[in-house]
Amino acid sequence: MNQTIRVPIHTDKDIVAARQKGRTLALSLGFSEIDSTLVATAISELARNIVTYAKRGEIQIQANGNSKGPCIVVIAKDKGSGISDIKLALQDGFSTSGSLGLGLPGVKRLVDEFEIVSNIGKGTIVKFKKWKA
Amino acid sequence: MEVPVLKQGPFLIATVQAALTDEDLHHLRRAMVERVVISRSLGVIIDVTAMDIMDSFASRTLREIAQMIRLRGAETIIVGIQPEVAFAMVQLGITLEGVVTALDLEEGLHYLNQKFESSA
Repeated sequence: MNQTIRVPIHTDKDIVAARQKGRTLALSLGFSEIDSTLVATAISELARNIVTYAKRGEIQIQANGNSKGPCIVVIAKDKGSGISDIKLALQDGFSTSGSLGLGLPGVKRLVDEFEIVSNIGKGTIVKFKKWKA
Repeated sequence: MEVPVLKQGPFLIATVQAALTDEDLHHLRRAMVERVVISRSLGVIIDVTAMDIMDSFASRTLREIAQMIRLRGAETIIVGIQPEVAFAMVQLGITLEGVVTALDLEEGLHYLNQKFESSA
């Protein structure tokens, strides 16, 4: 049950692969179509941040859970330059790459638990959890 | 994965067949703008029924396609956004503002036909 799927992220094809693996796992755990799509969309955004900002990284997707039921844990890791102001990065409309700037606050809205740790010069780890409704 | 584009009278119909990478989306953008010029099309329908998700990149690119085609004097309609995809888009904060959408290909064609019949 606690097997981790690891998807190396470097190109735009890896983004599609990561989100499809996330959706497949969500569906296999009994998540609804909507919640599986939310998981896939959140993974897509995080994977794209890796490709855009850090160039390389990894997405880890895990099935987990407790007496409340199953959940999916996703960890997006990179060794990029890090985010200097996380508070700012979590504001709607903020972006450093000229994109829509919906990335992180948007992802946060799609999931149940959301955590971000970033060290300047060392990289960023974003972790989210989504429970089966 | 290339998106096939069909010419139907004054309209173009692009049917997305599977999940698209960023590169596929950029290719679609270029192809649609070129095809509208070559075919002198009045309207374009992009059928996204097969798209697994619509994240910020995909929706931005679709909006750009619609805007570029509008500058050519033609109209774009996005059809077939699946309910779960729509749900995720709104949660993410994406509204595709300014882009015409319709339920499916049939509704999209109906919209274009009506629009260009009445102006003819």
